[in-house]
Amino acid sequence: MSGPATPGPLLEVERISVRFGALMALHQVSLRIERGEILAIIGPNGAGKTTLLNVISGFYHPWEGRIRFAGRDRTRLKPPDVAELGIARTFQNVALFKGMSVLDNIMTGRLLKMRGNVVLDALWWGPAQRQELAHRAAVERIIDFLEIQAIRKTPAGKLPYGLQKRVELARALAAEPLLLLLDEPMAGMNVEEKEDMCRFILDVNGEFGTTIALIEHDMGVVMDISDRVVVLDYGRKIADGTPDQVRKDQAVLDAYLGVAHD
Amino acid sequence: MTTIEAGLDTFPKLVRSNAERRPHKIAIREKDLGIWQAYTWRQYFDRARRIALGLAALGLARGDKAAIIGDNRPELYWAVAGTQALGGVPVPLYQDSIEKELAYIVDHAEARFAVVEDQEQVDKLLHIRAQCPRLEYIVYDDVRGMRAYSDPCLISLAELEERGDKLAVSQPGYFDAELARGSADDVAIICYTSGTTGSPKGTMLTHRNMIVMGRNAIEREGLRDDEEVLAYLPMAWVGDHIFSYAQSVLTGFTVNCPESAATVLHDLKEIGPTYFFAPPRIWENLLTNVMIRVEDAARPKRALVHFFLGVAQAIERARLHGRTPSAWRRLLYPLGQALVYGPLRDNLGMRRIRVAYTAGEAIGPEIFVFFRSLGINVKQLYGMTESSALVAIQPNGDVRLDTVGTPLPGVEIRISEQGEVLYRSPGVFVGYFKNAEATRQTLQDGWVRSGDAGFIDAAGHLKIIDRARDVSRLAGGTIFAPKYLENKLKFSPYVKEAVCLGQDRPFVTALVNIDLAAVGNWAERRGIAYTSYTDLSQRPEVYDLIQQEVLRVNASLLEDEVLKGARIRKFLILHKELDPDDEEITRTRKVRRGFIAQKYAALIDALYGDGDRVPVQAQVTYEDGRTGTIRADVKIRDVGTATR
Repeated sequence: MSGPATPGPLLEVERISVRFGALMALHQVSLRIERGEILAIIGPNGAGKTTLLNVISGFYHPWEGRIRFAGRDRTRLKPPDVAELGIARTFQNVALFKGMSVLDNIMTGRLLKMRGNVVLDALWWGPAQRQELAHRAAVERIIDFLEIQAIRKTPAGKLPYGLQKRVELARALAAEPLLLLLDEPMAGMNVEEKEDMCRFILDVNGEFGTTIALIEHDMGVVMDISDRVVVLDYGRKIADGTPDQVRKDQAVLDAYLGVAHD
Repeated sequence: MTTIEAGLDTFPKLVRSNAERRPHKIAIREKDLGIWQAYTWRQYFDRARRIALGLAALGLARGDKAAIIGDNRPELYWAVAGTQALGGVPVPLYQDSIEKELAYIVDHAEARFAVVEDQEQVDKLLHIRAQCPRLEYIVYDDVRGMRAYSDPCLISLAELEERGDKLAVSQPGYFDAELARGSADDVAIICYTSGTTGSPKGTMLTHRNMIVMGRNAIEREGLRDDEEVLAYLPMAWVGDHIFSYAQSVLTGFTVNCPESAATVLHDLKEIGPTYFFAPPRIWENLLTNVMIRVEDAARPKRALVHFFLGVAQAIERARLHGRTPSAWRRLLYPLGQALVYGPLRDNLGMRRIRVAYTAGEAIGPEIFVFFRSLGINVKQLYGMTESSALVAIQPNGDVRLDTVGTPLPGVEIRISEQGEVLYRSPGVFVGYFKNAEATRQTLQDGWVRSGDAGFIDAAGHLKIIDRARDVSRLAGGTIFAPKYLENKLKFSPYVKEAVCLGQDRPFVTALVNIDLAAVGNWAERRGIAYTSYTDLSQRPEVYDLIQQEVLRVNASLLEDEVLKGARIRKFLILHKELDPDDEEITRTRKVRRGFIAQKYAALIDALYGDGDRVPVQAQVTYEDGRTGTIRADVKIRDVGTATR
């Protein structure tokens, strides 16, 4: 595993709540993400899954509760700081630069690792040149890993949806994150694209040791690839365990299938 | 022959000679991480040597077989050379083979080793290991995804080479001694050919076969050590082995491995090969890609391109028929060269091509003429695995539409009494591995039965008509080659499929399937209304259109002494498309004659009867599995015996 040597979970969320006006999007949710695991966050629509991801990646700040990453408190950081810490994410609706090539899109994933110098960059000389070559090499390794060589120079906006999702994953990987957050990585994909994406997620986890938290609706996928599953419903955590445990949990069944209100 | 007498009698010895004579010349490139990574002949030899020693450390002995499976990668070519250096025999397999095929060949070849590209191939081999008890080690190149594997039979290429380095230290003379023991008549490779019937057969070719035949072709074609080729066809195909390995080692030219199967066209453009080979299917794809982009261009540009392409094609057609092209077209050609042909060639990545081949099956004349008219030297080649891929090639400056050229130096061709092409050459294989029966049937007194029917024309060119077993005779005794006629018909854009009949009948008839897209488009442009495929197929205008095509085929037969008696007399257009779901054609679109003869017996009887129409009812199977019935009146058209 590539995480720092500090023991304990990679990320701890302690009793966080998020409210939008009168709406309680998350209520006293606690969860831990262990180093090297694949954690799935599931729940019916509006359960607060994306909100939870947004809190972790610093888009929202919790109204109460604490977040610890790699043993350090970082409840109130902004997205760039979170990224700097080693958390990268993809979005539910693809958020690529549509007019830019796939290669350039992935290069943006390395922005935080670049040390700019206007003059040297403009002249493309010395350290600036060496730096760009090193970053390009890192990006090429990801392109190779995700098997998108054929679309390297294609504008991202021209790609089919499944490939755009893969490019987004590539950009997130380019940041070499410790924790990768994937918001519905397989939404809208056909069976074959889903199988490919599953394989890539498992490979990323296996080869780079990246810890992964993902939101997903396809239960088959969730049960197949995740080590642990957290279930949210109406902003509360109602279950947390291995796929098998969660599958049999009565509260989960009720949340998904509904209960009779007498 | 000089090389063999000089002691350079095996490919690994030739690789070593290249490493000494041209150590810094680029031997092979691979696009990796977006960059063309180059390896010199010295590196080529070094890596082949390390792999050989690694395999020796695992126990590879003289005569052992090593399966080679993967996309075209330098490492796999090195593994071929390394295996040969120890006197082992590489057995390349198709990388997309399913497990069943793989299991048959790995087991039949008695492979003790497998050198494979990646996890995908490792997984397949691990699955079939129970059926291949002789398989001991699987060496893999790409380590991706292999972390979790602990099977002791697995070893990475890097580890293998490390073991080789250790052996090089402990037994410094081992490699050179083994290399020296190899001789020209050792089996250099076993290529398994699928064949349309029965189990795959392992064709054994020796170093001598490929050194002599490869060199004969090099001399005839004038190949040099500065050629660039793109190695993109499967390594298991004998053609790739000859063009991307044997001839490269013989002349020292550079082989380029594309980044992935999906990037071949792009990589082709980047490399700009000087020596190129492709089956007709790929030439067709290239042409389609070009034409789609032309149609997307603005109107004046499009008109310009069409005009100059027309000029070039008229010139090329005249040349191919041995006529002098008209003077005004010859005057226009240089202008077209500057405006259209040059840029187009460059865009296709074919600006530098000196020699290109099409082989494997008949190429459509339009496609052939298109590429030749651009100034690309595409030629037809005839050969098969049993002949080290090389029998006949059209000589430079003597290219025709319908022949496969003249025999290469050292090749003798004879036509058997049944009309089958037989050949004898230094490239002829030594036999099928563990299949004496098949060897006896194919190889008789040094002559190979090609299985193709053909003849040598007046100019000494070999002309292939059809598969020998499909050739039959009409009731009057005239030779009748159905596939030859069908191919000619299918060269028309309006004809999608055709079935010709005539065995033991008084004359030849044809069942034609129109191409809905092309004929539909043609009908729209003429304001011909139609409701369905069936309706369109029976329009008199469409019959007139197809009749023109039939007459064209008949006219082209007139030039042919042997076949001119078998002209198409009557035809009908089928009311439905031949479909693999209805078992009329195979999934690879080969016509199932027996089935069709049975299913359409009524139509066929009508073709040989007096009527001019025949009512039909046909069962069709829809994609969801339901069946339905089509009723129609199918017309019969008699084109008579006259030609246009």
